[in-house]
Amino acid sequence: MHTPLLRKLVLLVLGMFAFAFALVPLYDVFCDITGLNGKVELTAAEASEEQDLARLVDVSFTTHTQGQAPFKVKAATYQVTVTPGTLTEVNFTAENLSGEARIMQAIPSVSPGMAAKYLHKLACFCFDQQSMQARQKMSFTLRFYVDTELPNDIAELTLAYTLYDITDRNAAAYDALLNPAKHSRHSAAGKDYAQSIQAAVYQQIRGISHG
Amino acid sequence: MTSSTQQAALDQEHDHGHHGPATGIKRWLFTTNHKDIGSLYLLFSLLMFLIGGGMAMVIRAELFQPGLQLVDPHFFNQMTTVHGLIMVFGAVMPAFTGLANWMVPMMIGAPDMALPRMNNWSFWILPFAFLILLASLFMEGGGPAFGWTFYAPLSTTYSNDNTALFVFAVHIMGVSSIMGAINVIVTIVNMRAPGMTWMKLPLFVWTWLITAFLLIAVMPVLAGAVTMVLTDKYFGTSFFDAAGGGDPVMFQHIFWFFGHPEVYIMILPAFGVISTIVPTFSRKKLFGYASMVYATSSIALLSFIVWAHHMFTTGMPLAGELFFMYATMLISVPTGVKVFNWVATMWRGSISFEVPMLFAIAFIVLFTLGGFSGLMLAITPADFQYHDTYFVVAHFHYVLVTGAVFSIMAAAYYWLPKWTGYMYSETLAKWHFWLSLISVNILFFPMHFVGLAGMPRRIPDYALQFADFNALISIGGFAFGLSQLLFVAVVFKCIAGGQRAPAKVWDGAEGLEWEVASPAPYHTFSTPPEVK
Repeated sequence: MHTPLLRKLVLLVLGMFAFAFALVPLYDVFCDITGLNGKVELTAAEASEEQDLARLVDVSFTTHTQGQAPFKVKAATYQVTVTPGTLTEVNFTAENLSGEARIMQAIPSVSPGMAAKYLHKLACFCFDQQSMQARQKMSFTLRFYVDTELPNDIAELTLAYTLYDITDRNAAAYDALLNPAKHSRHSAAGKDYAQSIQAAVYQQIRGISHG
Repeated sequence: MTSSTQQAALDQEHDHGHHGPATGIKRWLFTTNHKDIGSLYLLFSLLMFLIGGGMAMVIRAELFQPGLQLVDPHFFNQMTTVHGLIMVFGAVMPAFTGLANWMVPMMIGAPDMALPRMNNWSFWILPFAFLILLASLFMEGGGPAFGWTFYAPLSTTYSNDNTALFVFAVHIMGVSSIMGAINVIVTIVNMRAPGMTWMKLPLFVWTWLITAFLLIAVMPVLAGAVTMVLTDKYFGTSFFDAAGGGDPVMFQHIFWFFGHPEVYIMILPAFGVISTIVPTFSRKKLFGYASMVYATSSIALLSFIVWAHHMFTTGMPLAGELFFMYATMLISVPTGVKVFNWVATMWRGSISFEVPMLFAIAFIVLFTLGGFSGLMLAITPADFQYHDTYFVVAHFHYVLVTGAVFSIMAAAYYWLPKWTGYMYSETLAKWHFWLSLISVNILFFPMHFVGLAGMPRRIPDYALQFADFNALISIGGFAFGLSQLLFVAVVFKCIAGGQRAPAKVWDGAEGLEWEVASPAPYHTFSTPPEVK
């Protein structure tokens, strides 16, 4: 007597549980379309076919490190003034401040958030994980342009990079999973394997959110 | 049918009619009786109310004076977090589930809940959830300290290893309330007595039906959110971690998509209780029954499109802020309908002020006050000032303590004679009411002022200018806490004995539950009543 209704309600519960996870790609798609959260594409864009030489836009660059990430990244110029559609290059110098090899991931964010989808990057060190040897210095070139469609009320925007040390991200998780009693973050055994699953998981996640 | 099988059938019926509860602990462990399970829920919720209240006392003791006196800040954070979790998931929600278990079958003329074995499960997993949560407080590193809202990255990057215990506790609470909700829906849809049409349902049943749908819709989303926290923290996913392509702001969207309907889960059954009690003691029919049903449904539907008003300061575009501001304000229309209907029910009624009615009237006044401060918080530009201050704390304690908790107390006093068969001590109960009413306002009203003046919430210390008000608030807090011991005394005194209660305890009361004896027999409505 109760089974048909019960079945529907259980389906509803399972559906809502799935919906919670569906919110993750939905959120990304929504933000992609509307450009709401200042998230920038992590894939290379095509060069612009149009230019708007009558307009000037200030673009500033900032970087900051997340937690204890041992990196220093600095733009050669703090601010550039560009015309929409014109390809611009800015040099960045990066340094691994620690005495061991680390992997850096830079995550860009644009402020004001609404401007995010009008900033296109053709080349960026944030597109890839950067492996850096101990104390290694590297230089990167950012090639970008501002879309001619940029709303008129936006005259200046900031491109902010957050620098993450992702060397241990999945190694730590893997270690915790296998050796819950041990709190060492650097287990020699399994580290290679951990790094390989790290790379795989990482690629997958990036594929999901920015595919 | 042969005479022997007839006899067997008669025997069975005979047995069934006299089938009483098992004895000892087994009665409570194995029970599938809705009244037993209702009592278990209510007593469990009372216990959690006292434990969560004890944590509030620790918070108020620390905040009695500026500076750090009694507990260290990390422990203070655990207290605010676990106090919130326990009061929401351990006190208010199980209390309403307990009321639903006791009253819904009796109100619709059903013999029991539709799925009695699942009912047993949904209660008995609950103590384990809270055992896990409370045990985590005693582990190395302590319990959850990131607020009951467990925002990422506080709950992922910056939390301790015991976070898994918090996650599993929330999973179990979720499973429990989902099972409870399914049971309520199936009972109400399938087991109404003949003639009990939808628009004849008592309002408590209506509000619980809508609440159950809200629970089914959002508890799985909460389960999803805690699961994402779990995998982010322990299994290297990056749902909320920007380094891996995730977004911490998304946590808040998912959480509040659950969180806003959740606050209506805690208040809609309260509306049902008040809509039952006010007509009884006004000796009039409820004014605007149909509009009450539609208002409740509208509130439930609107609750799904207002979540981001908890997140105005996360940097939303103007259009989003305006949408969520107006959608939020829109909710005050159906809520206003309810408040005016209660007042109209009392209008020219011959009102008497028994304790359930006193709590109901206090609910109407003080819940409305909490609603008004909610409207103030809905104003986006003002919210930037109020966000994360004690003004917010004042707001949600007015709607949850003088709202939800007062309605639960009202319901307890209203139905206690039906449950136990005895009248409670009216004198003690009146003391409980007046002490609670006065102390709760000393406790929460000044929080509006310190909040508007800029005192942040969830901080164990504060600037000197807030000292006098905080001392006053703490005194109110201790008084309110002690007053609740009176409630415990009244309840257990009433269970132990007293003046016999008649079947129809209140002369103005209407409904099927008053047609059975007091105390309600172990089995009621084995033959469905005829509803005209």
